[in-house]
Amino acid sequence: MRRTLYDKLFDSHVVRTEADGTALLYVDRHLVHEVTSPQAFEGLKLAGRRPWRAGSIVATADHNTPTQDWAHGIRDPISRTQVETLDANIRQYGAKAYFPFLDKRQGIVHVIGPETGATLPGMTVVCGDSHTSTHGAFGALAWGIGTSEVEHVLATQCLLAKRAKTMLVRVEGRLGPGVTAKDLVLAVIGRIGTAGGTGHAIEFGGAAIRALSMEGRMTVCNMAIEAGARAGLVAPDDTTFDYVRGRPFAPVGAQWDRAIALWRTLASDEGATYDATHVFDAAEIMPQVTWGTSPEMVVPVDGRVPDPDRERDATRRDGIAKALEYMGLVPNTRITDIAIDKVFIGSCTNSRIEDLRAAAAVARGRRVASNVKLAMVVPGSGSVKAQAEVEGLDLVFLAAGFEWREPGCSMCLAMNDDRLEPGERCASTSNRNFEGRQGAGGRTHLVSPAMAAAAAIAGRFVDVRRLS
Amino acid sequence: MQPFRVHSGLVAPLDRANVDTDAIIPKQFLKSIKRSGFGPNLFDAWRYLDHGEPGIDNAKRPLNPDFVLNEPRYRGASILLARRNFGCGSSREHAPWALADYGFRAIIAPSYADIFHNNCYKNGLLPIVLGESEVARLFDATLAFPGFTLTIDLERQTVVSKDGSMAFGFEVEPFRKKCLLEGLDDIGLTLRHADEIRTFEARRLAEQPWLA
Repeated sequence: MRRTLYDKLFDSHVVRTEADGTALLYVDRHLVHEVTSPQAFEGLKLAGRRPWRAGSIVATADHNTPTQDWAHGIRDPISRTQVETLDANIRQYGAKAYFPFLDKRQGIVHVIGPETGATLPGMTVVCGDSHTSTHGAFGALAWGIGTSEVEHVLATQCLLAKRAKTMLVRVEGRLGPGVTAKDLVLAVIGRIGTAGGTGHAIEFGGAAIRALSMEGRMTVCNMAIEAGARAGLVAPDDTTFDYVRGRPFAPVGAQWDRAIALWRTLASDEGATYDATHVFDAAEIMPQVTWGTSPEMVVPVDGRVPDPDRERDATRRDGIAKALEYMGLVPNTRITDIAIDKVFIGSCTNSRIEDLRAAAAVARGRRVASNVKLAMVVPGSGSVKAQAEVEGLDLVFLAAGFEWREPGCSMCLAMNDDRLEPGERCASTSNRNFEGRQGAGGRTHLVSPAMAAAAAIAGRFVDVRRLS
Repeated sequence: MQPFRVHSGLVAPLDRANVDTDAIIPKQFLKSIKRSGFGPNLFDAWRYLDHGEPGIDNAKRPLNPDFVLNEPRYRGASILLARRNFGCGSSREHAPWALADYGFRAIIAPSYADIFHNNCYKNGLLPIVLGESEVARLFDATLAFPGFTLTIDLERQTVVSKDGSMAFGFEVEPFRKKCLLEGLDDIGLTLRHADEIRTFEARRLAEQPWLA
């Protein structure tokens, strides 16, 4: 039987199967952060249990941590308690690696997993965070779970799962200059919708995906969840192996050779069938900008905000009207006529070194527009920050008027002090433009790092390819 | 976990699609290290006119009179009627915790986001899927008849209105149904297979030692 990559990954982790097809899947890597783990550790403790394999755990504090004034610690006492609770839990039970607040390798859990080699092809990777789909870029079966399941993994090293349906998103051709992985995945979500991938694992394939760097593939898989799919996948290849080689937790010597041989089998068989297939032409994809309160509410930068009166479906029409009201936008407004107040470059979607290079290339020698109150760059990890500083990117950003911050989730979800005020409009490289996501009343437009930098310079959305 | 067998309750209609978990429970309430107490902040940004923060007395906050759950006729509702793709976005289990803490025992919608759907079952909250047209009829009935109640029978997999004029069947995976009917603890069930897990693990780590 010809199997898809998803099937191979699923099958290789089945411990047992119930009569109705519910499988018990073994978990290789458990990523842990401070927000979704305290109740799980507490449950474990109350039941008199211990982690099944603490060596599977890689933990960090990222959601609550401040991005400036680290010398002052975490000022919000509730946030501080949450971070200290993680410290205490890891101290008590151990982990393969822990990158606590203030550690120079601390960062966003979905950035440090890959960069330390804690994420490897062929693994199952779970985390109490929906953007765990990111790790699928390595040909790992990776998905987000709730806190009850975090506890289940801690206690049993397994999860109960039903086999998902499979979807192939094949992107043929080549992305044009100035068009990035972010634009690609936003265009995919714009077409299939935020529920288009519900119940599916999406495998991304085709020449345009093969041509992406690991950073680009991570951006694409990261946002598979915004298309409704718990897991995104890219078959590992030489790009993957070149990225993984030499990372701290990657195999070495004879084990590396064995690993590579195994990892090369992680591709869908020729002729394997999918439950759904969507084909895109990369050459047709333009830089994208979201206009509404769902990632599917997206148009090319030369487009306009839609008019609800032209939508026939009542629920959709109502959705558009509500979104425009929240976003403070008038139907048919040109995207390039929308002025912004703040810029956020960061998040598990777009805070890796390649993202910062792309944004810096636009910012170099230019100045943030006077109507932009704050333009901030938040590296995904301490290691990304250090690399960027070696390359002098921090100076490029500072000279242009951007703030250069410490790593963390920051204004992607605004659990720390970084947030939008009511009514403020932001060009953001993050993944969600939901109401209030970046701060109560805040208005988020999702874009690529280059487009965010261009918006900062122009003070409004512009096509980065036409920036003079 | 609280078992779910038969439940009769008042229905509240939340008439919008793609309700995300950020809307169900905003991020500032995720700083808690507890599982309980999220009910007063369910749909916080829609439900109150001011901005909520942890630790403030919610009873003193101004309610948004336009938000459906604040309408007197829906006070005490325990069944939430919703539109497609309910619970999309963040994996936060605080969303089902908040819904259950508020008093909801079941949700009825045409579709759910996968992680949210899964999280509901872990908390004795039954996420029922009905067809778009069936959900539309329930919206009409709920709006038309103050005090509209439904009875949900998990064993029989039925949703029935009080007068019996509306009755729908729904699907549920047998394993999940059993866990919910009996209020079973997933972890306890899985640990019955601890030997199989150990055997699997030993073989896997021997074959791929880089996974250890």
